[in-house]
Amino acid sequence: MGDWMTVTDPGLSSESKTISQYTSETKMSPSSLYSQQVLCSSIPLSKNVHSFFSAFCTEDNIEQSISYLDQELTTFGFPSLYEESKGKETKRELNIVAVLNCMNELLVLQRKNLLAQENVETQNLKLGSDMDHLQSCYSKLKEQLETSRREMIGLQERDRQLQCKNRNLHQLLKNEKDEVQKLQNIIASRATQYNHDMKRKEREYNKLKERLHQLVMNKKDKKIAMDILNYVGRADGKRGSWRTGKTEASFFLRNEDEMYKILLNDYEYRQKQILMENAELKKVLQQMKKEMISLLSPQKKKPRERVDDSTGTVISDVEEDAGELSRESMWDLSCETVREQLTNSIRKQWRILKSHVEKLDNQVSKVHLEGFNDEDVISRQDHEQETEKLELEIQQCKEMIKTQQQLLQQQLATAYDDDTTSLLRDCYLLEEKERLKEEWSLFKEQKKNFERERRSFTEAAIRLGLERKAFEEERASWLKQQFLNMTTFDHQNSENVKLFSAFSGSSDWDNLIVHSRQPQKKPHSVSNGSPVCMSKLTKSLPASPSTSDFCQTRSCISEHSSINVLNITAEEIKPNQVGGECTNQKWSVASRPGSQEGCYSGCSLSYTNSHVEKDDLP
Amino acid sequence: MNFSEVFKLSSLLCKFSPDGKYLASCVQYRLVVRDVNTLQILQLYTCLDQIQHIEWSADSLFILCAMYKRGLVQVWSLEQPEWHCKIDEGSAGLVASCWSPDGRHILNTTEFHLRITVWSLCTKSVSYIKYPKACLQGITFTRDGRYMALAERRDCKDYVSIFVCSDWQLLRHFDTDTQDLTGIEWAPNGCVLAVWDTCLEYKILLYSLDGRLLSTYSAYEWSLGIKSVAWSPSSQFLAVGSYDGKVRILNHVTWKMITEFGHPAAINDPKIVVYKEAEKSPQLGLGCLSFPPPRAGAGPLPSSESKFSLQTLKPVTDRANPKIGIGMLAFSPDSYFLATRNDNIPNAVWVWDIQKLRLFAVLEQLSPVRAFQWDPQQPRLAICTGGSRLYLWSPAGCMSVQVPGEGDFAVLSLCWHLSGDSMALLSKDHFCLCFLETEAVVGTACRQLGGHT
Repeated sequence: MGDWMTVTDPGLSSESKTISQYTSETKMSPSSLYSQQVLCSSIPLSKNVHSFFSAFCTEDNIEQSISYLDQELTTFGFPSLYEESKGKETKRELNIVAVLNCMNELLVLQRKNLLAQENVETQNLKLGSDMDHLQSCYSKLKEQLETSRREMIGLQERDRQLQCKNRNLHQLLKNEKDEVQKLQNIIASRATQYNHDMKRKEREYNKLKERLHQLVMNKKDKKIAMDILNYVGRADGKRGSWRTGKTEASFFLRNEDEMYKILLNDYEYRQKQILMENAELKKVLQQMKKEMISLLSPQKKKPRERVDDSTGTVISDVEEDAGELSRESMWDLSCETVREQLTNSIRKQWRILKSHVEKLDNQVSKVHLEGFNDEDVISRQDHEQETEKLELEIQQCKEMIKTQQQLLQQQLATAYDDDTTSLLRDCYLLEEKERLKEEWSLFKEQKKNFERERRSFTEAAIRLGLERKAFEEERASWLKQQFLNMTTFDHQNSENVKLFSAFSGSSDWDNLIVHSRQPQKKPHSVSNGSPVCMSKLTKSLPASPSTSDFCQTRSCISEHSSINVLNITAEEIKPNQVGGECTNQKWSVASRPGSQEGCYSGCSLSYTNSHVEKDDLP
Repeated sequence: MNFSEVFKLSSLLCKFSPDGKYLASCVQYRLVVRDVNTLQILQLYTCLDQIQHIEWSADSLFILCAMYKRGLVQVWSLEQPEWHCKIDEGSAGLVASCWSPDGRHILNTTEFHLRITVWSLCTKSVSYIKYPKACLQGITFTRDGRYMALAERRDCKDYVSIFVCSDWQLLRHFDTDTQDLTGIEWAPNGCVLAVWDTCLEYKILLYSLDGRLLSTYSAYEWSLGIKSVAWSPSSQFLAVGSYDGKVRILNHVTWKMITEFGHPAAINDPKIVVYKEAEKSPQLGLGCLSFPPPRAGAGPLPSSESKFSLQTLKPVTDRANPKIGIGMLAFSPDSYFLATRNDNIPNAVWVWDIQKLRLFAVLEQLSPVRAFQWDPQQPRLAICTGGSRLYLWSPAGCMSVQVPGEGDFAVLSLCWHLSGDSMALLSKDHFCLCFLETEAVVGTACRQLGGHT
């Protein structure tokens, strides 16, 4: 719109204004504003149009052209250009207003047509491109179709082939099965044939043997003889006993007796073994049960606080079981009567334990999420030491109990061994049994005491760990305090101090661990602050709170040392060779990862043997 | 390790006495008895012909020398050198001779297995046992020497007779459900008798001392069956080696199979230690024993490979006695280990851990394994391959020792002294003794080593 404002000359604009005013007054057309714009825009073209029309209309033929135009316009439905004639005779006059209107209408039409044309053209273009696209798509799809069709044909072909093959294989399988069946039948028939033949042959052979036997044995062969200087005594010192018909039967009976005795002994031995195994297992079970109860009882209250019905009932069961356990005689009952009870209680306890462990696991994972707590490292070590000690103690106690048990059993066994004397001893046995039972209960009590002691020990250990932790913390804070104080007036080693302070924030715990590991290096030499500071620095610089690295290096060292040792020994052997034997062989281990231990031990063996050989040189 | 000088020997006849004091060896028709410690000749006996078999009596007082060709048995006394005894089987012939466990009776099997003659050295009495079966292992004594089991064959059926050794009375006689019984073997506790069928059928039967059938086991049908059988010294396990290259372990409670050990040529488990004997060029070193470096880098084998394959033999299947299956198996004295050899992988010895019921180690030698025997005192396996080396395996490792002496001493067989301190190595016509280190020396050496590391 700005364009025409600049282009149009003011004369024209004023004219158009008047026209617009005029039109608005006269016609009040709704599109007047628009038409005005169109009119105005078309003005720059007017010159050309004018020149064009000039060819059509000249000075001479205005009338004709006007009439022509009028005719044309009227046929197109425009109002006539002429004013309505008032009379026939009067010459029709050109109505300028109508002409202008017509012109305007025409221009509007023209404009509309142009727009429409443009639209159509763009649409055409769009459609053309669409068409192209679709065509390409079409061709592509066609290609795809073609390829897939081809593929399909190929697959069908393959399918057919495979089916064919399958059929063949089926046929083959069937043939093979038939063959197998046939062969099996053949084998079976051959086997029977063979057995039959064998039997026949064997019969013949037996006949021949019998004949030979008669020929060789029945004829008094003088050669068959034993030439002996003098008869020797029997190994057991007894004299050979004569066999008569009477003693034969008694001999037989005696032999039978002995045989059954041997068998019985074997079975008794086995039964004893099984009993022992059973007792051992029972003991383990009992211990496990006790441990479970002791493990589960401290957290008895917790689940109760969290009102949980199922665990609550189970806990009460545990209490019952604990009460049951006090009745030691339960374990001596035969398995059948207690089995159900036992399995049930154990199952329950196991369930509790499982849930407990799961809970613990969850807690652990939570702790892991929160981040590593280095406090555990210290306490765990202590715990391990403590538990190891305790375990050792328990082991010792167990061994003692076992030896006592064995002694008891031996006593019992000796009592059982001799069945003739056992009858006589039965009365003594009862007494002894009583006594043993007393002893047994004593032992049991001792064992219980040991258990209690152990428990108290563990508790003490835990307490100790806690105390230690607290102490460590205190000391750490104290140390920190010290250092902070120190830094205020020690300006000489400001660099070091700075460094330390830079590290101190992060490696506080490391320092702590270092101290705990080396308690002899007490930082009481605060007066000369720098050396301590340095030592701490060096220790904290590796910044590895875990001991694994250290262990690795140590193991490396040990490996190296072992290799060195081996090398040395190999060199040692060389000069001391057993005369002139030059071995050109060696053992190589087809060793796989993880089999190094074997190799190592192999080496150690080689070492020992070679060492010995060196010593034994003739 | 120390070696004695080399002595002459013929037909691999060299035996330690049961009490471990003497060593008997044969040279042609001479029998030489030496002291084990000094190796001095104590006695020298001369037999009538070339000796084919010798056996010590259980009390180490007598030695039996059998000359099968002549049908003769001569017995010598160690206490009374002038004492002599000669048993002539005459025209009946002789194929086997053995002592009864009391050391006062001799059991001679005549030719064609017509009968077994029981000669007594105490009395004039002679007993005959008819119908003994001609089979691989037809006669077996319990370890306590009380009973003898004998395989018999009558009317095309197999029978087992159990005799009381003290008076040769028949205690039990029962038929066995076998096609063609091949072997019988008492459990070391003397209460169970294992009876196995011919190789054409996999069948093993277990009988109680009183003749009751305890159990029958058969792993498969229609294929070659049992090749070897061994009881564990604890009587707890029965190992059955078969032609399919597997060892099946039966337990003594249910007599069912606990596990089966396959012997494939490829070992896939990277945890198994495989000792492979390798030829080493002579200039590399004179070391008597050479072990690979601990990290196993320099071996000729690709050590990183997780699969290891052993050298196998293609068996000729259309001949009798094909070289397949487990031909040798032996339990260690403590029953913790089982050593086996698969005959179509003849160079390898498998050692199985019986406690964990899995493969423990494999030893592959350069030549086929001739014999192996466990140390009677500890889990230590001695192996010979017919070469001039002796191989020892223990759970700690493996070693090989060259037998000294001029020329090659081809070790064909070996036998341990019952103390485990020494063993006799036998070649075709020589033998020597190999003294192993005593416990004390090993202990100190180990301690030294421990101190170093």
